Amino acid sequence: MFLYALNAFLQVQVPGAAEKRIANIFKPLATPGDLERQAAYLTLAVTAVIFVVVAGLIVYTVWRFRRKPDDDSCIEPAQVYGSNQIEAAWTIIPILIVFVLIGVSARVIASVQNASPPAHALKVRIVGHQWWWEVQYPDYGFVTANEIHVPATPDGKQATYVELTSVDVIHSFWIPQLAGKMDLIPNRVNYMWIDPREPGVYMGNCAEYCGTQHANMLLRVIADTPQDFQTWTQQQQTPAVSDAQLSPARDAFGALACVNCHQVRGTPSVGKFGPDLTHLMSRQTLAAGVLVNDTKNLRAWLNDPQDAKPGCFMPSMKLTEQELDQVVSYLQSLK
Amino acid sequence: MATIDYPLEHPKAVTPEFSFSETLYKWVATVDHKRLGLMYVVSALFFLVVAGIMASVIRLQLAVPLNHLVDPDTFNRLFTMHGTTMVFLVGMPMVAGFSNYLVPLMIGARDMAFPRLNAFGFWIFLLGGFLLYFSYIGGGGLSGAGSAPDVGWFAYAPLTAKAFSRGAATDYWALGVLVSGVGSIASAINVIATAFCMRCPGMTLSRMPMFVWVMVVDSWLILVALPPLSAAQIMLELDRHLGANFFDTQAGGSAVLWQHLFWIFGHPEVYILIFPAFAILSEVIPIFSRKPLFGRPAMVGAVVAIGFISLGVWAHHMFAIGMTSWSNTFFAASSMLVGVPTGIKIFNWTATMYGGKLRMSTPLLFCIGFLLQFLVAGLTGIMLAVAPFDWQLHDSYFVVAHFHFTLVGGLVFGLFAGMYYWFPKVSGKMLDERLGKWHFWLFTIGFNITFVTLHFAGLLGMPRRIYTYYPGRGWELINLIATIGVIPQAAGLLCFVWNVVQSARKGVPAGDDPWDAWTLEWATSSPPPEYNFEKLPVVRSSRPLWDLKHPQDPDWKFE
Amino acid sequence: MAQAQEHALTADALQMEREWTLPDRGTVGVIFLIITETVLFSMFVAAYLIYIGKSLTGPYPKDVLELPIFASICLLSSSGTIVFAEHALKKGELGKFKIWWLVTILLGLYFLYATGSEWYKLIYEDHLTISTNLFGSTFYSLVGLHASHVIVGMTFLLVVFFTTLRGFPIQTQERRVKFLSWYWHFVDWVWVIVFTVVYLLPLKVF
Repeated sequence: MFLYALNAFLQVQVPGAAEKRIANIFKPLATPGDLERQAAYLTLAVTAVIFVVVAGLIVYTVWRFRRKPDDDSCIEPAQVYGSNQIEAAWTIIPILIVFVLIGVSARVIASVQNASPPAHALKVRIVGHQWWWEVQYPDYGFVTANEIHVPATPDGKQATYVELTSVDVIHSFWIPQLAGKMDLIPNRVNYMWIDPREPGVYMGNCAEYCGTQHANMLLRVIADTPQDFQTWTQQQQTPAVSDAQLSPARDAFGALACVNCHQVRGTPSVGKFGPDLTHLMSRQTLAAGVLVNDTKNLRAWLNDPQDAKPGCFMPSMKLTEQELDQVVSYLQSLK
Repeated sequence: MATIDYPLEHPKAVTPEFSFSETLYKWVATVDHKRLGLMYVVSALFFLVVAGIMASVIRLQLAVPLNHLVDPDTFNRLFTMHGTTMVFLVGMPMVAGFSNYLVPLMIGARDMAFPRLNAFGFWIFLLGGFLLYFSYIGGGGLSGAGSAPDVGWFAYAPLTAKAFSRGAATDYWALGVLVSGVGSIASAINVIATAFCMRCPGMTLSRMPMFVWVMVVDSWLILVALPPLSAAQIMLELDRHLGANFFDTQAGGSAVLWQHLFWIFGHPEVYILIFPAFAILSEVIPIFSRKPLFGRPAMVGAVVAIGFISLGVWAHHMFAIGMTSWSNTFFAASSMLVGVPTGIKIFNWTATMYGGKLRMSTPLLFCIGFLLQFLVAGLTGIMLAVAPFDWQLHDSYFVVAHFHFTLVGGLVFGLFAGMYYWFPKVSGKMLDERLGKWHFWLFTIGFNITFVTLHFAGLLGMPRRIYTYYPGRGWELINLIATIGVIPQAAGLLCFVWNVVQSARKGVPAGDDPWDAWTLEWATSSPPPEYNFEKLPVVRSSRPLWDLKHPQDPDWKFE
Repeated sequence: MAQAQEHALTADALQMEREWTLPDRGTVGVIFLIITETVLFSMFVAAYLIYIGKSLTGPYPKDVLELPIFASICLLSSSGTIVFAEHALKKGELGKFKIWWLVTILLGLYFLYATGSEWYKLIYEDHLTISTNLFGSTFYSLVGLHASHVIVGMTFLLVVFFTTLRGFPIQTQERRVKFLSWYWHFVDWVWVIVFTVVYLLPLKVF
């Protein structure tokens, strides 16, 4: 068990990436998260006071009025039926507290939901699939998967406006340190926005049970500095690398059933069922955050996806060793 | 000299010996509300143990990251069956069991209004439970090895569509719960008719025991909240088998429609579940404080208020689906408002204890546990009602901790209080106090270890319903501690089972009224004869036995 | 003094016992049954309303629905005939009761026949089934739920008819007839709502 855990730990911690693995909702790094934290702090303060007062009263009452061990008498205490003033007080005060909390909620709801994106907001469209994330950049004209790059700005001027939908069941997009969650629902488009202040890798999970591998539908939002973001988008916009030396490998890949599900832009491979592989090597992880993207894992994944993600929709293609070599080498060229 | 308008001394009934087949027939063919009530409670306890074992497996799987105790599908079935069982096969029969046993006795009647409907309700509930568990065998349908549903206890569309849930597992979920629900509705109609139409002379509605009031409002909620669920399940089955398009997004249907229908049921359902605990506390706390319930009219008003406001809060389960800000604000507001009458009840119970002479026996200990834990649960509920906070907390372990605080820390504790309180009445024997205290402390400690800790997993971003997680997210220690808490809880439960079995056989005889109580069920023998009362009583206040025991200071002089 | 007090209490209690009246449990039972069924129907009505105009393909209501005027008149009149039957029974006129009861049954049967032939036309000529589109799903489920309640009512109406023929005591029959007629009125009122929502609304008759 310990070795499993150790192995896993070594596996999924991407070396070199500035991962913010602890997603504490009280340490947000984007405006929606900030606003939600404000609401949270106020609510916590109010409820903490209520707890201390009421629990204190309960504990005091129990302690003060418990029957003394030497009290055997049958004398009943004063039979008090109620008190209109006290009851009115403890009805009105909670109602007032509730009104305050309603006001706070209304304000924050409006700030988060009704914020319309500024004209130069980056638009990202995320489509949920059973157990991976399709990520489209319509303004740039490319599609990627599972890892979402956005620009980070300390002054919060550059927001990313996210559109969310699904092709199958309901999923939910949750990066705790950036914002609250929003569901991805088929036949419906939902909207949210994020503006990460610090560059880094923000971790998240699918937050609506979506079937067998819901646990392994992980999320990464990678906030780049504006220059890095530009580099990244430019690279993503290029079609797949076409290395003449690798044409046997590419042909091997093209002859296999892979092309039915996966797209590699610039090649005949145009399948849409699975993630876009055009720049697979630009990603830190494979299989929606399940494996670190290195040679060993890539090979193991191709050999039998059911090993790392049992129940996922990529079957084992029963490739021979030689076919595996070719496919791995081709995929590794897709930088 | 006792006046003839109150129940008198009565002869002890002589019980003849029965053969095995006669005994079996007695239980299977009974329409006696006491036997049926007992059957409901025993069935519920059986399912509690089954679902508790499932929960223990879930916690063992999650104790360490990347565990391989169970595979993903098994885990998904476990949490689905755990939730479905606990809500429909433990909570609902406890509602029916407690109300069926106690309501006629408390209002001075001989049986429920519709005894045969009562029996029908029980057996159809059991059929529903059987159908749900039959899925383990028949769930694959004709296509393969069968198994239980794995769609979560609220079975969101379109995950439940034929395309995403093959085989018959989801059908067993829908039909099992649908059939069980018919039983609940039958029981609810019965309770309302009984309370309105079978009260003994002098028992006006305002003199009806608090327990009965709460169960009447509970029954009202069942009648109004269960049909939306049934409707949704009928629509689901039409979708799955006749190709209907209610939740079929490809045909323009709405996945969100399921959520609305489900939660229009689902939110009142949690009040349906907790009401027995409210009812029990309103009976136990006064007796063990030696004072009447503080502010009875307000308590009745609070319960009725909850019975209506709770019908208008359902979409707080849907804050993350992208409703308009107006909808989100409305439901945040209504959800916070429903907390007010609930909070009032906690204050009234505390005020009942204040100035009293608290007898710290097991029933009261469980009540005190309820008060503190339900307070926490209510406050985390307020946090969840604040929609922006909920946008972070929704579908995380914070919600799991919240609802286990209400349902285990609240409902289960209340039910234990009731069981310790009424076990002498039902069986004629007292439960052992020492074992009772062991049960209480073990269970309380274990429960808090598990569920206080799980709040923090949610705050650190751990979502619900994941069969495993990766290390380095800050969740490992939390999950390990939460799993350790299973052990004291199991031990406490074992103490309880042992206590019940031993005391039923060799416990101290209880007599009619071991707690020196004030409601009518204590005016007859323990256990009561089949006809409940030799002569139906006539009452003049809400505490008829207090009046009898304190003729110089009766309640009717002050009410 | 104490004895006199007790005597007063006893006399008080006896009077309370004599004057104590409570609602009839059959009445309360049927009322709450109707309440719960109303909620059930409301959900299917809500689904129908939500999905009006949302079908992606035809056939659409205005293409295939015809107002079932005669069938509705029959069903709603049966609410009237059942009241006549009740009155006849109260007055002890068994012959009249049987006639009006039979008329009620026949009107209900005609309604079911009319629904059946409408469905036949919709399925085989217009090719509208429950799976065709959203309209099909909501139409058949709502009208079908109502029709199933009519069938249940019919069954009980027939039971009462045959038990009357067999000579069951009138008091038993009176209670059954009273509750059954409430149920029957409920079924008819649901039809008014269904008729409005399903037929009048999409055809924009108002």
